[in-house]
Amino acid sequence: MTEVLQVRHGSSAGQPITRRDGPLKVTGAARYAADNHPPGMLHAVVATSAIARGRVTSLNEAAADAHPGVVAVMTPANRPALAMDPDDKSVPFSFRMDLLQDGRVRYAGQPVAVVIAETLEAAAEGAALLAPCYEAEPVEVSLDQGEAFVPPVVGVGAPAELRHGDVEKGLAEAAQRIETTYETPAQFHNAMEPHGVVAAWVGDTLSLDMPTQGFALTQMRLAALFGIPAESIHIRSPFLGGGFGSKLLTSPQVLGILAARLVGRPVKLVLRRGQMYGPVTHRAPTRQVLRLGASVDGELTALHHHVRTATSRFDDFIEPAAGVSHTLYAAPAVRTTYEAVRLDTGTPGFMRAPGEASGSIALESAMDEMAQACGMDPLEFRLRNYAEVEPVSGKPFSSKALRECYAQGAAQFGWAGRPLLPRQMRDEGGMLVGWGVGTATFPALMFQGAARAVIRQDGSGLVEAGAHDMGQGAWTAFAQIAADSLGLDVERLEFCSGRSDLPDAGIAGGSAHTATAGGAIRDAGQKVVARLAELATTDARSPLFGASNVGVVARGGHLLRRDDESRGERFADILARAGLAEIEAQGSSVPDAAIAERYAAHAHGAVFAEVKVDPELGQVRVTRLVGAFAAGRIINPRLVRSQYYGGMIWGVSFALHEHALLDRRTGRVMNADLAEYRVPVNADVPSVEAILVEEEDPYVNALGIKGVGEIGITGTAGAVANAVWHATGVRVRRFPISIEDLIEGSATV
Amino acid sequence: MNRFDYVRPRTIAEALSAAAQPGSAYLAAGTNLIDLMKIGVARPARLVDLNHLPGLDAIEGLPDGGLRLGAQVRNATLARDAGFARRFPAVAEALLAGASAQLRNAATVGGNILQRTRCAYFQDPDSACNRREPGSGCDARDGENRLHAVLGWSDACIATHPSDFCVPLVALDAVVEIEGSDGAREVPLRNFHLLPGTTPERESVLAPGELVVALRLPPGADRFAAHARYVKLRERTSYAFALVSAAAGLHVEEGRIVEARLALGGVAARPWRAEAAEIALAGAIPDAAAFRRAAELALAEARPSGENGFKIELARRIAVRALSLAASGTPTRLPALPASPFASSAGGLHD
Repeated sequence: MTEVLQVRHGSSAGQPITRRDGPLKVTGAARYAADNHPPGMLHAVVATSAIARGRVTSLNEAAADAHPGVVAVMTPANRPALAMDPDDKSVPFSFRMDLLQDGRVRYAGQPVAVVIAETLEAAAEGAALLAPCYEAEPVEVSLDQGEAFVPPVVGVGAPAELRHGDVEKGLAEAAQRIETTYETPAQFHNAMEPHGVVAAWVGDTLSLDMPTQGFALTQMRLAALFGIPAESIHIRSPFLGGGFGSKLLTSPQVLGILAARLVGRPVKLVLRRGQMYGPVTHRAPTRQVLRLGASVDGELTALHHHVRTATSRFDDFIEPAAGVSHTLYAAPAVRTTYEAVRLDTGTPGFMRAPGEASGSIALESAMDEMAQACGMDPLEFRLRNYAEVEPVSGKPFSSKALRECYAQGAAQFGWAGRPLLPRQMRDEGGMLVGWGVGTATFPALMFQGAARAVIRQDGSGLVEAGAHDMGQGAWTAFAQIAADSLGLDVERLEFCSGRSDLPDAGIAGGSAHTATAGGAIRDAGQKVVARLAELATTDARSPLFGASNVGVVARGGHLLRRDDESRGERFADILARAGLAEIEAQGSSVPDAAIAERYAAHAHGAVFAEVKVDPELGQVRVTRLVGAFAAGRIINPRLVRSQYYGGMIWGVSFALHEHALLDRRTGRVMNADLAEYRVPVNADVPSVEAILVEEEDPYVNALGIKGVGEIGITGTAGAVANAVWHATGVRVRRFPISIEDLIEGSATV
Repeated sequence: MNRFDYVRPRTIAEALSAAAQPGSAYLAAGTNLIDLMKIGVARPARLVDLNHLPGLDAIEGLPDGGLRLGAQVRNATLARDAGFARRFPAVAEALLAGASAQLRNAATVGGNILQRTRCAYFQDPDSACNRREPGSGCDARDGENRLHAVLGWSDACIATHPSDFCVPLVALDAVVEIEGSDGAREVPLRNFHLLPGTTPERESVLAPGELVVALRLPPGADRFAAHARYVKLRERTSYAFALVSAAAGLHVEEGRIVEARLALGGVAARPWRAEAAEIALAGAIPDAAAFRRAAELALAEARPSGENGFKIELARRIAVRALSLAASGTPTRLPALPASPFASSAGGLHD
């Protein structure tokens, strides 16, 4: 194949350039947190609880201490003092931590001690030798258990109950009604890179190599816990091996910092895979009841989405699974309600598309069931109920190219001609074939961020932003935005990031990082260019003298008169004449409250799935996935496609694979490893296509960006489930869909 | 990990002598043993490394027409040996359906036979497990047991043997060659693994210190080559153990089955040879009715050991599938998705 050179017309954004850190990643030179070994470093291993509720009554510290190489054993008795109770929640966005405050056990896998040793092996053996004794209490780990309560808020402060119109009236008047219940299991974070920290104290200054999705939040919490100023905490997080919402500060990482304080030497603490099934948050299980009514024409008359979910016994995170029903379909009456139970598990939390992923698979399944009840094609049914304005709020959308997503996705997939009834298609080998569709949606969010931009003496650029590259390619996309805002080719730009001592560019979460950090970078770049223009246009020796009224434009390292691009000069010449070594500016991004008040902003997409199912053996294979997504302006189509692929594959995982098995007697996760906690492998994903549907959004934020990190899971999981129904005629409402669901069904169909 | 001795013998005699010390374990590739040591399930005092013993990594044709597979032959080497795959296609397919490419490059013939169960309670030192700790009980009985045994289990243990490789081998009457301090002996593979009974901690006939040095396929075992398949069922297409699996071999002449072989995997503490089914198939016309009848016989004594009753019907169906595929003839090339029900569908082929 001929290599096509990238042609740029003065813009880096929009170009599919390869990731700038690619060579570092493929050669292994990229240094992740656990790759650091400061001189004198010791290894720490967490000992975790085998019970889910009760107390640790004894630890064999003597045996651990006596093991060769063990330096110290940290328990509640000798853990260094903290300035704040780990159960104090006064720092924003903070969850209660398990920092050896006492012998109480609140979930299986909770840290109960830390062993610090000269080698990892000695620390691990020391931890094993602690052999805790417990006073165990009966546990509850199933959604069926516990007394349900109505949570005051869900997710991050959203109201738990929402009413729009009269749902009961809408249902009463409906020609078709369905009431169905869907279950999703507990799912656990399994980023390639486990959580860890390399911590070193120098006096009261704390130096940390630690993967994090949010510098400022992490500093704030650590500052409160240790009673030191946030500026004394230096975090380096140049690369994350995946975050997905789990890499805010976790208890084990703070224990690593405490261990370093205890022994007065640098300490490395990294969780082993099995230890991630407890203290680093997970996606809570849900049981969702969907009540839908539709008119004879297939128009929704009512939508009630009720969610039962679980949080821990000691803290609150309520999976906001009904949120999708506020925004997606045009029902005149919408009601969302929640109930929750308290279980003896770690506190659930953010896991890629928290709320939307679980809610979407239920809503998209229910929409399919209603389309079936109405005798309509599922895509036609979704178009019939297309929301021209956000249904619950009544606000117009800042932009919404979902119709184009449906059209382009359907055309590429070949949806036309799909039989209405299930179990109508077979392949040449006799396998059942089914096609399903799901609508994808995710809110377009933005937080506050800051950045600094510099044009240097030689005309090159430097942009600094304390941002986070979790593997999504942020370094590359930010460099593209920076290059454009400074009027430089991206090769002339140095981009520094991943450190807490740079301007804080906001958390990497909520699919909002490119809008947030990118907005700040753009602002900083534009301010530098404005300063440079000020220098040039007020200098009689510059060819740009007097051009301030017509304006100048920065491109390719030059400032050019807007009205006559043949007149201009190099950045370096402007700086040289002014006798400046460099020129800099700080930039920021702030969400525009007035815009948020006027418009509803969401990314959308349509996902089409083909599955094949063995009619006798019940095995499902996803053979094709086509997703078409509209998410505003696309900075780097190559990286964005990767984000969609990753999300869509997670959707397959959600529908068919992921499922934590908690033993109901002990509360332990019995498949806490990558052999038995199934995520798809390459062989499970034969063909994935992502179409980038053009969408221009003049309102959402300065860059017109909506975010692409999480939307891919939504829509996909439901599309796969719907395709399984279309193939087999069996509607499975408990996820993941497993072989026994389908062999039992096929015997009765 | 605890401290342990590491011994690297140069001869089998040295290995046997080194392993005579109680608490010794032989180390082949370590793809299972090292993991178990890391999670505290296995705590050998001494590892006797077999990787430098000469002569254990050969695939040798024998004068009587049999084939001898050294215990240290790697799974990937064996599966990709063209001559072997031609004569024993179901065995090659089973090998390629196991684990991942990286593991297959390391794992060995001898280690595969001796791999331990994947029962989550066996692998969790905090759970009761009669196999790991005799007399402690069996937490799997009332726990997460979807994957557990439906044949040959006892109240003491409901674990399964996880090997794919062993399933076609047991169907082909493979023989295990063993050496010990008292000399050499041979045991048919079908008798090598022990059903749990009241002593699930005894997993095989090996006495302490005994060493598996080779597996032998008897003369004539390749007479099923034209009609041999292995089929494995699991939700994930690769890197997953079998929910159930089946190996079938048929010797067909003039439209009738002269001789049949059938074994099941994922159903018991040993690869399960279905002799009654084989007898019923001998002389039969290879059709759906005969295969279903054979499958009923193969599972006649099956009963759920927990929330796994569905495995019984699934095992019948996979037996039927393996027999049907075998009857329609061994494919000329190994499928891109070995042992998968989707092996021959368009979506199952790598582009």
